[in-house]
Amino acid sequence: MRTRAKYVAFFVVPAFALVGIFVVYPVARTVVLSFLDSDGKFVGLQNYIKVLSSREIVNLEGLSRGFPLGALVHNLLWIAIHLPLTLALGLVLAVLLRNVRGGAVIKSIIFLGMVMPMIVGGVMINFMFDKNLGIFNAFMEIFGISARSWTAYPDTALLALIFGSVWLWVGFSTVLYSAGLETIPKDLYEAAQLDGASALKIFTKITIPMLRPITIVVVTMTLLWELKVFDIVYVATMGGPGGASNVLALQMYLYAFRAMDFNRSAVVAVLLTMSTLLVSLPLLRTLRDDQS
Amino acid sequence: MKPKAMLVSLLGWLVALVWILPFMGVFMTAIRPLDELLNGWWNFQTFRPTISNFSGAWNHPTAALSRGMLNSLIVAVPATLLPLFLATMAGYGLSRYKFRLRTPLLALVIIALALPQQTIAVPIFQMMNALNLVDTYLGLIIVHTAWGIPWIAFFMRNFFTTIPKAMEEAARIDGASDITIFFKVVLPLAMPAIGSAFALQFTWVWSDFFLALILIYSPDKLLATQRIPLMRGVYHVDWGLLSSAAILVMVVPIVVYLILQRYYIRGMVGWSLK
Repeated sequence: MRTRAKYVAFFVVPAFALVGIFVVYPVARTVVLSFLDSDGKFVGLQNYIKVLSSREIVNLEGLSRGFPLGALVHNLLWIAIHLPLTLALGLVLAVLLRNVRGGAVIKSIIFLGMVMPMIVGGVMINFMFDKNLGIFNAFMEIFGISARSWTAYPDTALLALIFGSVWLWVGFSTVLYSAGLETIPKDLYEAAQLDGASALKIFTKITIPMLRPITIVVVTMTLLWELKVFDIVYVATMGGPGGASNVLALQMYLYAFRAMDFNRSAVVAVLLTMSTLLVSLPLLRTLRDDQS
Repeated sequence: MKPKAMLVSLLGWLVALVWILPFMGVFMTAIRPLDELLNGWWNFQTFRPTISNFSGAWNHPTAALSRGMLNSLIVAVPATLLPLFLATMAGYGLSRYKFRLRTPLLALVIIALALPQQTIAVPIFQMMNALNLVDTYLGLIIVHTAWGIPWIAFFMRNFFTTIPKAMEEAARIDGASDITIFFKVVLPLAMPAIGSAFALQFTWVWSDFFLALILIYSPDKLLATQRIPLMRGVYHVDWGLLSSAAILVMVVPIVVYLILQRYYIRGMVGWSLK
């Protein structure tokens, strides 16, 4: 029995010691910081009230005046637009590309957006929407819309980033859904076809329900990504102009390393972490199923 | 049926075109002189390719990518191998032994997967400051290692639960210790999974921006990703330079992806599908 404990320690302790010191402790410390003032005195929820009522986080005036709406609202908007688009596009492309010669090559091309560093992804988004070089403007001119750098204007900066990030992220949902489609037994489809089911009916009654486990994973990972988005905003707009494309992760950085306010930045970090933990609850549940 | 199949193929390749256009644009912008781009990079009335933008980015006076890419490599190699080694052992431990802390540790791993890096940023900066490791690669490598361990451990643990224990038990009957079994029997079997984890962790460390941003600040120590935002001109965006820099920095993970594509996708799918 003692030797077994020795082996457990040998395998598990070095890794988790590092995680404990450089991940768990910092997280705990951030939570503590969010309840302290700059002198280290406990102030309860004061920092939270201050942050949540600040215009950088939620800007109610924006509702009538337009962007900025505040980093928190911007993240929610990001989710509201990016999540359904990447899910739908990924599913449609996965189904479509199965029947296309060279579908694997197309998938690899779409997946490139996932492979590049996101700091490069941000540059690419700026490039796509640039006034002179952006292909987006070339298309828009066909419809008579005059060219402009879409990421440079408060009313379109955030939307341009969100649509650009769809371009970056669809590779993920496409590849996962493609892998998922492979797991659906072929005879299910054959039986449905024998019964005379329409293609649409087969899609809604067989494909979508069978892909449910994949959908959970794709939704979770996409939500996590939307909440954590930082690099592309930093390099493309720095949250600007005038905060019009600011997001929580960037605001945390600005509080901490530009304004040197570690307490307010801790609040943003804690709020962000609570959201990501909430989002990953389904994954924790699969763990519980594993154990039983 | 035939025209329909063709229509589907056409649609598929149209999508591919939309996805590849920005890459072509960045590439054309990088290899063409500025005066040719004024009517759009898709305009080919004249075409005089040049590598001056690439050499400009490579030897940039304040943010040379030659140095940046070397720095990124110096960080990425140990920051990939170290967590890979430690987390493979941890993943094996979590899959083969039942002990009281096992489920809590697994839960911790999943929680760590969800954490944003912003949550550790300030305390990490303060700790590294206290340890005199701010603006050193050692500090950054340690943080990358700790940050990479949870997902690799989880991924490897899931892999180990799928491989049969028969060979390990046979070795045990022959009198081999658990540690010998791990290194002699299990590790060789685990190479495909380790390959997947390697491809992903290397790509992520190479692509990382945030941790480098908060820990590394000396101009000559900046990593490749940190030099990209510095490539923008002051008064206007120098797209030729910026495009070349973008291509140079993304080429490394794309090459890793193309070489290890099978492992890469399996890692992505396997890791996500638990």
